Amino acid sequence: MNVAEMLEGKRVCVCAGSGGVGKTTTSASIALGMAATGAKVAVVTIDPANRLANALGLERLENEPRRVEPERLETGSLEVKGELWAMMLDPKRTFDELIERIAPDAARAEEIKANRVYSELSTAVSGSQELTAIAKLYELDQEHEFDLLVLDTPPSRNALEFLDAPNRINSFLEGRALKAFMKPTGFGFRALGRGAMPLLGGLRRITGIDLITDLTVFFQLLGDMTGDFSQRAAQVEQLLRDPTTAFLLVTSAAREPIDEAIWFGQRLEADGLPFAGVVVNRVHHDLLGDREPREVRRSLARVLPPGLAVRVAENFRDYHVLARRDDHNLARLSGQLDERRLLLVPQLDDDVHDIEGLLRIHRYLFGSQAERDRLIDDLVA
Amino acid sequence: MSTVLDKRLLFVTGKGGVGKSTVATALGLLAARHGLRTIVAELASQERVQGLFSSEGGEGEQFREMELAPGLFTISIDPQQAMEEYLRVKAGPFGQALGSSRLFQAFAMATPGMRELLSIGKVWELAQLHRRTRGAAPYDLVIVDAPATGHGVGLLRTPRTFAEIARVGPIAHQGHTIAETIADPEFTGVVAVATPEEMPVNETMALVDELARDSLALDLVIVNALYPARFEPDEVDELSQALTRTRSALARSALRAALSEHARAATQREQRDRLRERVDGRLVELPYVFADHVGLPQLESLSLALEESAL
Repeated sequence: MNVAEMLEGKRVCVCAGSGGVGKTTTSASIALGMAATGAKVAVVTIDPANRLANALGLERLENEPRRVEPERLETGSLEVKGELWAMMLDPKRTFDELIERIAPDAARAEEIKANRVYSELSTAVSGSQELTAIAKLYELDQEHEFDLLVLDTPPSRNALEFLDAPNRINSFLEGRALKAFMKPTGFGFRALGRGAMPLLGGLRRITGIDLITDLTVFFQLLGDMTGDFSQRAAQVEQLLRDPTTAFLLVTSAAREPIDEAIWFGQRLEADGLPFAGVVVNRVHHDLLGDREPREVRRSLARVLPPGLAVRVAENFRDYHVLARRDDHNLARLSGQLDERRLLLVPQLDDDVHDIEGLLRIHRYLFGSQAERDRLIDDLVA
Repeated sequence: MSTVLDKRLLFVTGKGGVGKSTVATALGLLAARHGLRTIVAELASQERVQGLFSSEGGEGEQFREMELAPGLFTISIDPQQAMEEYLRVKAGPFGQALGSSRLFQAFAMATPGMRELLSIGKVWELAQLHRRTRGAAPYDLVIVDAPATGHGVGLLRTPRTFAEIARVGPIAHQGHTIAETIADPEFTGVVAVATPEEMPVNETMALVDELARDSLALDLVIVNALYPARFEPDEVDELSQALTRTRSALARSALRAALSEHARAATQREQRDRLRERVDGRLVELPYVFADHVGLPQLESLSLALEESAL
């Protein structure tokens, strides 16, 4: 299966994976490839490399998708029948906009935005990027402007953070736990029974009264809005579970990212989230096959001076260590999932930072099975 | 380099996937070899450091100080357990009751920044000469395998933010104490790990500015996974010509692999130079590890490379 087949009938593609595996590049390449098939596609990215951002015309943070000018995509090798749109997410602004949308009036929105608990919540805390990325995805999906949305998930260390972080913030915003503590008649007090008063005293003693006061003010400001947060969280959850959504894992072939990809795949399955496939970047294919390593030296000796031949052979030996490692890890990965849902992108000579680079990857993602096999055969031969 | 190991608390940060855990552990091995009782503290239950010492996967006991090698310990810090420990020590039976209340746990874990504060509080505790944890021996050096760059700075800032939000009371006091410790350049150091690629280099350069905004300095940058410079620029032509001449498929593969690595190595060096210029001398290099995984032998040789680069 190629990406086009994996994403057939899908409206949302979430590219997830641990840090440093080429998620942003893969997302952009997928969006470009799908646009080429005639779709109107928007890629939502968090923090693209400067040169890639420039190549897509993303000079500024605008927080709304912008069309990549068709001229930029004219490279001769790929005809783009549809439209490619791109945006760079501004988490703080997205959070502010969310508050503005949900707040009953502008004054209240301003008060909330000025609150210190809110400013900590919307900036410093891990999880706000994940939450706002999903919020933006939901919003764009509601607007029905695009055939497909491709989300490049925030650069966290581990892919699961993307699923867990928003829930953490949402459960805070819903404020149930805190309200239970603050209201004398609340659930907390009833649940805790007679132990509640000293417990609350202990809480104040440990956290400091002002923090509790600040939190209380924050939740008073939020007021009925907490219900809206719960409702939105439920809707977002529904979007992620929707059969028209696809989770695509991006990984490299090194041990840890592969481990995480396997965990993430299992987690998607356990949570009933729609899994589309895995893109494995920077694969070192086995170039030696069943030949003997000393044949390398011998064959090089005919065309190179001895000193240089030795260094080329050393380089090959080192490369082969990585090829064996990748082989082993890919075998573990394909043991865990449907092998047809595995797409391999080889280690390239350079990082991808322009449209040309995206097209180099495109072949490995959108080629037919036969085409992809041939590309790899060419590498190995 | 010697100045970095003279600190008591060292934060190792960097973009995801650059090898933070590997570098933090190699630093730990180096410190332990120098006779420092050292602990590598991982945040957010990653358990990568333990994984580096076992052959497959990384499942070990959490939140316990474990000895990995002579004089080198590790701990995986879990915010929830850090909270329970803190409450137990600070508020006795009340604390214990509070810590075991599921409602309170839910509240505390969901409060913005609380997980970070609790984690960094535990890190701070590990670095104290008089440990709060009963019967615990002090460490000469605590190396924190910190979260990815962006979140890493947030982590360093958390205690001060909390001190400001809470104003008075125990959290404010604790926040102030930790913030002062972090701000003390004699006590605390920050090490950034970057691979010589565009994005990690950009992030590291941004980190310098971010830290400066909080009056913190970046003590050292470690450029990780640098390819060896095997070929001279003028040998590239020779390789390309050999590629057209040879009839052996295997020789072609080997030549292409050589040209490919040379191209990557050249790009890497451009990126490294860009970074070196920005951080002005505070940069050391670690070689790319050609191995199926990074285990103790590889970590040992990386720690030796760190030692040599300091001389």
